[in-house]
Amino acid sequence: MKRLLIALMATAASLSMVVGAQAADKLKACWVYVGPIGDFGYSYQHNQGRLEAEKALGDKIETSYLENVAEGPDADRAFERLAREGCGIIFGTSFGFMDSMVKVAKKFPDIKFEHATGYKTADNLGVYNARFYEGRYVMGQIAAKVSKKGVAGYIGSFPIPEVVMGINAFMLGAQSVNPDFKLKIVWVSSWFDPGKEADAAKTLFDQGVDIISQHTDSTAPLQVAEERGLHGFGQSSDMIKFAPHAQLTSNTDEWGPYYIERIKAALDGTWKPDNVWLGIKDGAVVLSPFTNMPDDVKAMAEASEKKITDGWNPFTGPVYKQDGSEWLKDGQVAKDEVLLGMNFYVKGIDDKLPQ
Amino acid sequence: MDITIAILLTIATAATPLLIAAIGELVVERSGVLNLGVEGMMIMGAVGGFGAGYLTGSAWLGLLAAIAIGALFSLLFAVMTLSLATNQVATGLSLTLLGLGFSGMMGTGFVGLPGQRLPDLYIPGLTTLPVVGEFLFGQDPIFYISIALTAGVAWFLFKTRAGLTLRSIGDSHGSAHALGINVIRYRYMAVIFGGACAGLAGGQLSLVYTPQWVENMSAGRGWIALALVVFASWRPWRVLVGAYIFGAVWIGQLHAQAFGIPVPPQILSSLPYLATIVVLVLISRNKRLTMMNTPASLGQPFVPDR
Repeated sequence: MKRLLIALMATAASLSMVVGAQAADKLKACWVYVGPIGDFGYSYQHNQGRLEAEKALGDKIETSYLENVAEGPDADRAFERLAREGCGIIFGTSFGFMDSMVKVAKKFPDIKFEHATGYKTADNLGVYNARFYEGRYVMGQIAAKVSKKGVAGYIGSFPIPEVVMGINAFMLGAQSVNPDFKLKIVWVSSWFDPGKEADAAKTLFDQGVDIISQHTDSTAPLQVAEERGLHGFGQSSDMIKFAPHAQLTSNTDEWGPYYIERIKAALDGTWKPDNVWLGIKDGAVVLSPFTNMPDDVKAMAEASEKKITDGWNPFTGPVYKQDGSEWLKDGQVAKDEVLLGMNFYVKGIDDKLPQ
Repeated sequence: MDITIAILLTIATAATPLLIAAIGELVVERSGVLNLGVEGMMIMGAVGGFGAGYLTGSAWLGLLAAIAIGALFSLLFAVMTLSLATNQVATGLSLTLLGLGFSGMMGTGFVGLPGQRLPDLYIPGLTTLPVVGEFLFGQDPIFYISIALTAGVAWFLFKTRAGLTLRSIGDSHGSAHALGINVIRYRYMAVIFGGACAGLAGGQLSLVYTPQWVENMSAGRGWIALALVVFASWRPWRVLVGAYIFGAVWIGQLHAQAFGIPVPPQILSSLPYLATIVVLVLISRNKRLTMMNTPASLGQPFVPDR
């Protein structure tokens, strides 16, 4: 009886980790998420993309996923396990999975790997990303208009290029409206911890900011903004339900079309590792409706969104680095490689970038 | 609002779930049982509290549900380890795994729904007192429960006969059994109390701290609570001190960052954990004191011979 109970519990625990079954003739598409699919943020949106692919491609494919996979050695095991389980194409959705994916991709040359937000590629490993910074530029502009104090708070996860790029784009947007705009930055060293994120939001509000932006995945900071009667921006998915009076807009990710395209390519044998970076114009980054702001601010935000859709890059010169040196000359557009390795702040950010 | 008070309020909210879960676990460990399932019971309390609050529209009913679900979940552990004498470490770990998975399954329907928040206390005249008013009389109800729990457990363990019995069971279940004390019954009650506390701590997360349900929202707080019990060398008031030190270091480093103090955030965010280790080292230097407080039969299964 004892043993039976223990076995039952162990089975229940392991069942919660893998969902999906196997069949021989179908293509099995698999995903590895860094957070829970119920985070209502980043991993949730990737999973929505998976569901869209499932719906669009019907019985040609079957899908499976692992959620809550920690970056590091755990990720190695997760990818290897999916590879052994017969997945034909595996999507890894967190920056920190990069080295694990490179390692496992080398071991399984017949399986196709796709890594979101990374930069290392191989014959069977492609990378894809979304230009979140485009949306963040517009958010910066809105923040500078809506903030009465001229200072915003920014909750960061880890100081990786992806996040630094977002901070810089936000600041450039804000400076385009108010050149003296200030930014307070707090790192919580986690992608997903509602409690810590809420603490960070409270800290920033207590220190006098009246608007916050976040590069972490839960809705907690926006809820704090709602409680305080102040403003903030959503992340990854539309969080308006959590902050009906606080959310100005949200930088949402739409991965479905990309996943469908790539799985189709894998099905008809045209798949090649690529290196794509999709933005607002591709429909991969979508700004949710502009709310809780005056009409003129809304008009400005819509105009910027349109400008970006037409091909304008927020990282267009003149842009100066934090130390005052010139980074982009007038009219010069930042190269993608530089953005993807961004490790400096732009001028006007009064903080030191952790290295 | 004065910034010092604002910081204190944030610290209290961050420390409360740790304190409650750790106080519950302290009673469990004082009875000689090691339940590593705190994280699992906590997350079950969080989903249960959110769910009941959402469905009934009452945060108070949510709170009761959180306590009940935590207690019920710990009963599973009690049956396994006490009646069936399974290994406590393995059973506790599987309780955590089960809780994390099961809560995610139970909570799928609650994802993305705004929840109920327990209202803050408001006493006319007192809450509006300058400086101390808001901290002493204007916080959420669970904050007051956590302080009362600490005082209650300290009184129970060291000032009552039942508390003495519980501690003696934790030190030597064999002797207690020989004296005619019903070891298993005491331990059942202790484990269920621990579960109720962990559930309450989870309820605090989903009804006060961040009123929402998301998977994994406990984010390792159950483990910190477990460490706090050792940190406090099984003394209730030291658990309170430990929880607040932990909260203060965490919130303090956030403020340091927002002030723009140029210390790498990686170091700052590891500070609470470093502080815990340092204190543990300092405490364990005095072997005799540590031995005196550690329940001697902690973690050992007890099978009464009939």
